[in-house]
Amino acid sequence: MFENILIYFVIIPLVMLAALGLCRNIKQIRAVAVVGSLGLIALSTVVLLQYLDMRSAIDAAIAAGTATEQPAMLFTNTWTWFAPLNIHLAVGVDGISIAMLMLSSIIVFAGSFASWTIKQPKEFFLWLILLSTGVFGFFISVDLFTMFMFYEVALIPMYLLIGVWGSGKKNYSAMKLTLMLMGGSAFLMLGLIGIYYHSAPEGGQLTWNLLEIVDNDAIPHGWQQFLFPMTFVGFGVLGAMFPFHTWSPDGHASAPTAVSMLHAGVLMKLGGYGCFRVAIYTMPQAAHELSWIFLILTGISVVYGAFCACVKTDLKYINAYSSVSHCGLVLFAILMLNETAMTGAIMQMLSHGLMTALFFALIGMIYGRTHTREITEMGGMMQIMPYLSVCYVIAGLASLGLPGLSGFVAEMTIFVGSFQAGMADFLAGHGSLRLVFTLVACCSIVITAVYILRVVGKLLFGPVHDDHHRSLTDATWWERVSTVSLIVCVAAIGCFPNFFSNLIKFTFDPAIFSVLGLK
Amino acid sequence: MDYAQFLAMKQEIALLVVFLIVFLYDLFMPERSRRALPAVSAVLMLIVTAAGFFCDYFGVSAPTEAFAGMYATSPVIATIKNILNIGMVIVLIQSAKWANSEGMVMRRGEFYELILVTLFGMYLMISARHFLVFVIGLECASLPLAAMVAFDKSRYESHEAAIKYILTAVFSSAIFLMGLSFVYGLAGSLYFDNIYMALMGHNTKMLVVALAFVIAGIGFKLSLVPFHLWTADTYQGAPTSVTAYLSVISKGATAFAFLTVLAQAFGLFYSQVWEWMLYALIILTITVGNLFAIRQRNMKRFLAFSSISQAGYIMLGIIAYNALGVAAMMFYILVYIFSNLAAFGVIGAIENATGRVSMDDYNGLYKTNPRLAFTMMLAMFSLAGIPPFAGFFSKFFIFTGALQAASPAMYVLVLIALINTIVSLYYYLLVVKAMFIKDDECVIAPFRSACSERIGMWIAVAGIIFLGLVSPIYDSLIAIAQSSELSSFFLK
Repeated sequence: MFENILIYFVIIPLVMLAALGLCRNIKQIRAVAVVGSLGLIALSTVVLLQYLDMRSAIDAAIAAGTATEQPAMLFTNTWTWFAPLNIHLAVGVDGISIAMLMLSSIIVFAGSFASWTIKQPKEFFLWLILLSTGVFGFFISVDLFTMFMFYEVALIPMYLLIGVWGSGKKNYSAMKLTLMLMGGSAFLMLGLIGIYYHSAPEGGQLTWNLLEIVDNDAIPHGWQQFLFPMTFVGFGVLGAMFPFHTWSPDGHASAPTAVSMLHAGVLMKLGGYGCFRVAIYTMPQAAHELSWIFLILTGISVVYGAFCACVKTDLKYINAYSSVSHCGLVLFAILMLNETAMTGAIMQMLSHGLMTALFFALIGMIYGRTHTREITEMGGMMQIMPYLSVCYVIAGLASLGLPGLSGFVAEMTIFVGSFQAGMADFLAGHGSLRLVFTLVACCSIVITAVYILRVVGKLLFGPVHDDHHRSLTDATWWERVSTVSLIVCVAAIGCFPNFFSNLIKFTFDPAIFSVLGLK
Repeated sequence: MDYAQFLAMKQEIALLVVFLIVFLYDLFMPERSRRALPAVSAVLMLIVTAAGFFCDYFGVSAPTEAFAGMYATSPVIATIKNILNIGMVIVLIQSAKWANSEGMVMRRGEFYELILVTLFGMYLMISARHFLVFVIGLECASLPLAAMVAFDKSRYESHEAAIKYILTAVFSSAIFLMGLSFVYGLAGSLYFDNIYMALMGHNTKMLVVALAFVIAGIGFKLSLVPFHLWTADTYQGAPTSVTAYLSVISKGATAFAFLTVLAQAFGLFYSQVWEWMLYALIILTITVGNLFAIRQRNMKRFLAFSSISQAGYIMLGIIAYNALGVAAMMFYILVYIFSNLAAFGVIGAIENATGRVSMDDYNGLYKTNPRLAFTMMLAMFSLAGIPPFAGFFSKFFIFTGALQAASPAMYVLVLIALINTIVSLYYYLLVVKAMFIKDDECVIAPFRSACSERIGMWIAVAGIIFLGLVSPIYDSLIAIAQSSELSSFFLK
C-alpha cells in the first residue's frame, strides 16, 4: 500500500493529526503545522516532477512505437475495500488533480501562517487538518465511493471551525453553510449510487471506479438525463452555483481567516473539479444536452455575484461575492465543453484559489488590527500599513485581470474558449445561447474592476478615517510569509502560463476529449 | 419427543443459563458481593457474545428447524442475535452505576433478570416460524419492559411512562392478534410457510386488512409513525439505561422479526400489498420523527424522536427486499446500537452525576468535560451519517440496497430519506453547537464519570470509529445475507 506515492497525501495529514494530539504548547503546534504543510508542498512538487517525466517518457515510447497512447491517469493503484460492493480505495492523478494538489498544499501552508496566533490552537488545527485530509483524499481518489467519503470529510469540520472561531453571526452562517453543502451532497449521493448501478453493461461487473465507468460508457441515455443534474447540482452547490450560492457570502464572512482561505481557495474548487470529473466525464451526452440549463444558472452567478460585490461594504462579503462570480466562471467554462474553455476553467480554479486566499488572508490581517471590516470606517491604509496595502493592490489587480498575474491568463483563456464554442454553435445553427452568455459573462470583467477599484480607492487611499488607526503596525514576519508565498504563485501562473496549460493539456489531450467525443 | 431438538436452541439456552446464574447469584450471595451483580451479568453476557462469534455462530452452519417447524435458526438469525448480544453487553455495563445507586439496591437483581428475559423474548420472536411462538416472544419481550420502565419508583414520570408503555403494548398486541385471526381465517394455519403456500393467488381485500393489522401491531413496537405516540413520553420517563435498551435492542430485534414475518409469511404480496404500506410508513416515520426532534429540549425526548426516524431508515432495508438490503439492515442495526448507546452513555453519565438532562444544560460542556463532549459529538455525527464514522457507511449501504431495484419509486423514497438526513443533521448539530459553541454561566462542573460508564463509552466510541472503516464486518454480513434462507423469498 505504501509504495504508491499518492497515498502519502492522506497519510501526512493523518500523521499531523496524531502529532497534534501530542503537542503541549503553541510552539509545538505551529511546528507541526508548518513542517506538515511544507511536507505536503514537497510531496506535491515531487509528484509533479515525476508526473511530467512519466508523461514525456510515454510520449517518447509512443514515438518509438512501443506504446500506443497516453493513459488517462498516472500513479494509479487500487486496494479492495468492500469487496461485495466492489468498493475500492482507488487513486490516480492527471494534470488537473496535480494542479489542485499543488494549490491545496500551498494554501494549507499559507493558512497555517495566517492562523499563527489563533485561540485554542490545538482544536483549531485539528479540525483544519482534518478538513485538508478530506481535500487531499478527494483529489487523489478515482473511486466514487472514496471520493464522496473524502468530500464529506472535508465539509463537516467547517461547522465547528466557523461556529467556534468565527465572527459576526457565526452560528447562523455555520449552520447554513453546513446544511446547504450537505444538502448538495444528498443529491450527490443519490446520483453516485445511480451511476454505480448503471456503470456496466447488462450482466457486467458494476463498478465505482471512474476510469472503468468511462471505459464501459454504459449509463443509458435516459438515466443520464436524471443522474447528470443530480451530480452536477450536488457538486455545483459547493461551486456556489446560483441559486445555491447563498451559503458562501455568509459562511466566508463569518469564518476565521485560515478557514476562509481554505474554503474559498480549495473547497469551492472541489465543486468545480467534481462537476468536471464526475458529472461531465462520466455522462458526456447528458452534459451536452443539458448544459444550457446550467449555463444560464452559472451565467447568472457570474454577473449577479459581481454586482452584489459592488454594493457590499463589508470586505469579506465583497470578496465572498467576488468568489461566487469567479467560481461561477469556472463552472461556466466547464460547461462550454471545449478544450480551450476547459483549460481556462482549470487555470481559473488555480488562479482564483490563490488570489482569493490572498484576499482573505489580507482581510483577516487588516481586521485583526482595525477590528472592523466596513470599508466606510477605514481609509488611508496605504500610509499606515504599506506592506499589506501593496499586497492588497496586487491581489486586486490579479482579480481584475492585469496581464502578468494569474487572473488575466485564466479569464482570457475562458473567454476565448467560450467565444469559440458560442460561434461554433451559432454557425452550426444550434442557437446563440452560448454566444449571448459569453458576452454577458464578459461584462463581469468590467464589474470586477468596479468593485476592486472602489475598495482600493476607499480603503487604501484617501484620508485616514479613524485616528486610532494611525497607531497600527504593519505585517509581522509570519504574515509576510503567508502573503509572499501566495503572491509568488499568483505571479508564477501569470508569467509562465504555458507550463500550467501544458500540465493540464496532457489530460485534455487524449483521454477526456475522446470520451466527450468533441475532438 | 426428540430432546436433541433443544440443541438447535443453543443461543436461547446460553441466555437462559446466564439468566439462572444471575438469578441464583442475586438470591444466595451476601449483600456485599451482590454489588458485583452488574459486572457478573456483563461478563457472562460477554462470554455468550464471544462464544457466538468465535464458535462459528454456535455451530449454526445451516438453517435448522425444531419443534415441528415452529422454531428455526440459521446463520443469519444467529448473527442478528449476536449483534443484539453486543448491544446487551454495552447496556449492562452502562447500567452498573445506576443499578448500584442508593434507591436501586433492593431491586438490582430484578432489573438484570427482567432485562435478560426480554432479550429471550426477542430471540424467540426472531426465530419463530409459527405465529404462536412469535406472539409468545413478543409478549415476553414487551411485558417485562413495562416493569423496567417503571423502575424508578420514586419518580412520577417513570410511572406515567410505564402506564403509557403497557397500555400501548397491550393495545398493539390486540391489534396484532386481530390481524392474525384474519390471517388464520384466510390460510387455516399459523405456520409461516403454510400461510405462504395457502395465500398463493389469494389477493383479497381481506388480506389487505389482515396485513394492515399485522403491520400496525408491529409498527407500535417499532414506533413507526403514526403508531409512535407513546415513544417520547416513555423514553423520557424511563430510567436512562432502560431507554437505551428500548431504543436500540428492542428496536433492532423487532425490525428483524418484522422482516422475517413479511418475507416468510407474506412474501408473495410484496409488490401488491405491503411494499406500498411500508413505503408510506417509511416516509411518514422519517419525516415526522425528524420534524418533531427539532423542537425537543430534553435529551431523552430528543433521542426518542431521533430513534423514530432512525427506525424509518432501518425499514429501508426491509423495503429493499434483497440480500443487500438485509445485510445493510443488520449493519445499520449494529452501527445504530453503538452510536445510540454512546449518546445514551453520555446522557446517563451526566444524569447520574448532576441529574440534568436538558439540552440547555449541555451548553459549554466541551470546556468542562471535553471527553464526554467529544463522545457525544462522535455519536451525533455517526447518527447523522458523517464520514469517516460508522453511521455514514451504514446509511450509504442501506441506500445502496434500496436502490438496487432501480424503480423510480425507490429513487423518490431514497431522495426523501436523503433530504431528511439534512434535517436530522440540523438537530444533531444543535447538540454539537450547545456543547462546543454556546456558553453558559451554569455549565456542568467537571466530574469524573464512573469506571463502568467510561468502559461502556469507550466500547461504543471504538465501534463508531472502526465499524465502518474495517470492511470485513460488512463483507461477512453480506455473505451471510446472500446465502441466507431469506434470499429465496426475494424477487429476482
